[in-house]
Amino acid sequence: MSWVDSVIQGLLLGGQYALIACGLSLAFGVMRIVNLAHGDLAVCGAYLALVMSSALGAPVWYLLPLLLPIAFLAGLAPQVLLFGRALRHGVLAPVLVTFGLSVMIENLLQVAATSDPRGLNGGELALASFHIGRQITVSWLFMAAFLTACAVLSGLQLLLSRTSWGRKVRATADDLDTARLVGIRVRPLFATVMGIAVATAALAGVFIGTIGTFDPYQGTNTLIFAFEAVVIGGIGSLWGTLIGGMALGVTQVVVGQINQAYAVLAVHLLFLAVLAVRPNGLFAGHQAAREAGALR
Amino acid sequence: MTSPAPDPLLDVSGLDVFYGDFQALFGVSLSVAGGRATALVGANGAGKTTLLRTIAGAQPPAAGSVRYRGQDLTAAPPHRRISAGIALVPEGRKLFGSLTVEENIQVGAAAAASADWPLRRIYHVFPMLARRRGQRASTLSGGEQQAVAIARALAAAPTLLLLDEISLGLAPRVVGELYQTLTALRAEGATLLIVEQDLRRAMTECDDLVCLLEGRVALAAPVPAVTREQVVAAYFGEGTRRAAK
Repeated sequence: MSWVDSVIQGLLLGGQYALIACGLSLAFGVMRIVNLAHGDLAVCGAYLALVMSSALGAPVWYLLPLLLPIAFLAGLAPQVLLFGRALRHGVLAPVLVTFGLSVMIENLLQVAATSDPRGLNGGELALASFHIGRQITVSWLFMAAFLTACAVLSGLQLLLSRTSWGRKVRATADDLDTARLVGIRVRPLFATVMGIAVATAALAGVFIGTIGTFDPYQGTNTLIFAFEAVVIGGIGSLWGTLIGGMALGVTQVVVGQINQAYAVLAVHLLFLAVLAVRPNGLFAGHQAAREAGALR
Repeated sequence: MTSPAPDPLLDVSGLDVFYGDFQALFGVSLSVAGGRATALVGANGAGKTTLLRTIAGAQPPAAGSVRYRGQDLTAAPPHRRISAGIALVPEGRKLFGSLTVEENIQVGAAAAASADWPLRRIYHVFPMLARRRGQRASTLSGGEQQAVAIARALAAAPTLLLLDEISLGLAPRVVGELYQTLTALRAEGATLLIVEQDLRRAMTECDDLVCLLEGRVALAAPVPAVTREQVVAAYFGEGTRRAAK
């Protein structure tokens, strides 16, 4: 029974990883930008929630309608000011720029908020749980994170497949130069994509801060898991990212039950194994092959 | 009916275009009158594609100007040129392979000049695309893909359509069908600038002819005013240059 419990807890944990990872996946899939500051932006979201939550004295959930638009707008700025320029200078420049941004964010947070670990006020939800059978207890907070991840992924998928914005995003992801030539205004489009990516990062940051604690340097660690979820699932595949996150989560919890010391190592080994066997990830393989097939 | 309008629709003058250190166009000037079809011919590397891409805004010129309906578009980004009425069917089709046929066409309307070309009208021109509307563009045959590329440009409701080697790699019968479509578009008032490798087709389908040679205009005249021999001479460069090759 405890194995079933581990798998369930692992799947739920995977939802959190997927929630952090989906913005990373979106930014990379569309703009070919590996945003090394993504984890730090999530942590920024947690700090912003902390400031707002203590100023207004309310649990963080009530602040989301305010927090997410702020994060969206905050995401437009680095895209317009930094990433857009960096993208014009080859593949390496954006990596360096986002790495620099990551270091700056961590140090600014350190100066502004010290390195004390903090937590967010999750209200009653943080303590509530329900039971499956006799022995399995599921935290509502974990469940909420998982359901939020599913909702965000479904929402993004719908936006991408059903709206004219999504059509333009997919066209641009296919072929940037031709997208410009047919009249798509790429700069504002990229800015909105980054805005959405940062908003999802901030949302993930709120869950990170409510479920555990956070400090200024948490972003890097967060990024590694998100990055691994994206690569395992297959770059550019949002649902693949969810599967990738769940694979990481289950591995971590199940191995952790055998020996806690090897839990995180097992996650990284899984990542390396997938990379060795299917470098394109679990779900991008057939799509990449199909695209390569007829077009050129 | 075929007499050129006093004011040209498109007026390109003195274009110099570079790719890094390599100069692709040397002072190219060209004007296209409304309602006419102009063939742009020349050997490989003569600068035909570069000229179309410069007109469409993909390639900034180092010198010269692109004017459309009297409006200076030399520094305008592609979406503004499309809104002004210029649409390009790029060489090699360049469809968005993961999008469906219909989505490819809809993306073409992103900066449309007007609402004159709704999907319904496009499917009327290309009935075979209506049947394939939900299919991924990458799964289509070459001729169908070329039709999608033209349909995508039409969705922008252009007054000037730039077509780059639409017959490349297609069976003669399919090319014939595509040109029939172009004839129908001309009857509705479209102005065309067509890059065409097949000289005979270029001279039967178009009103005017411009021949590029190594990045310069070697010949520009109405088709009835030139002979095939004159065009061939301009195509390869006259006398001495031809001998040198």
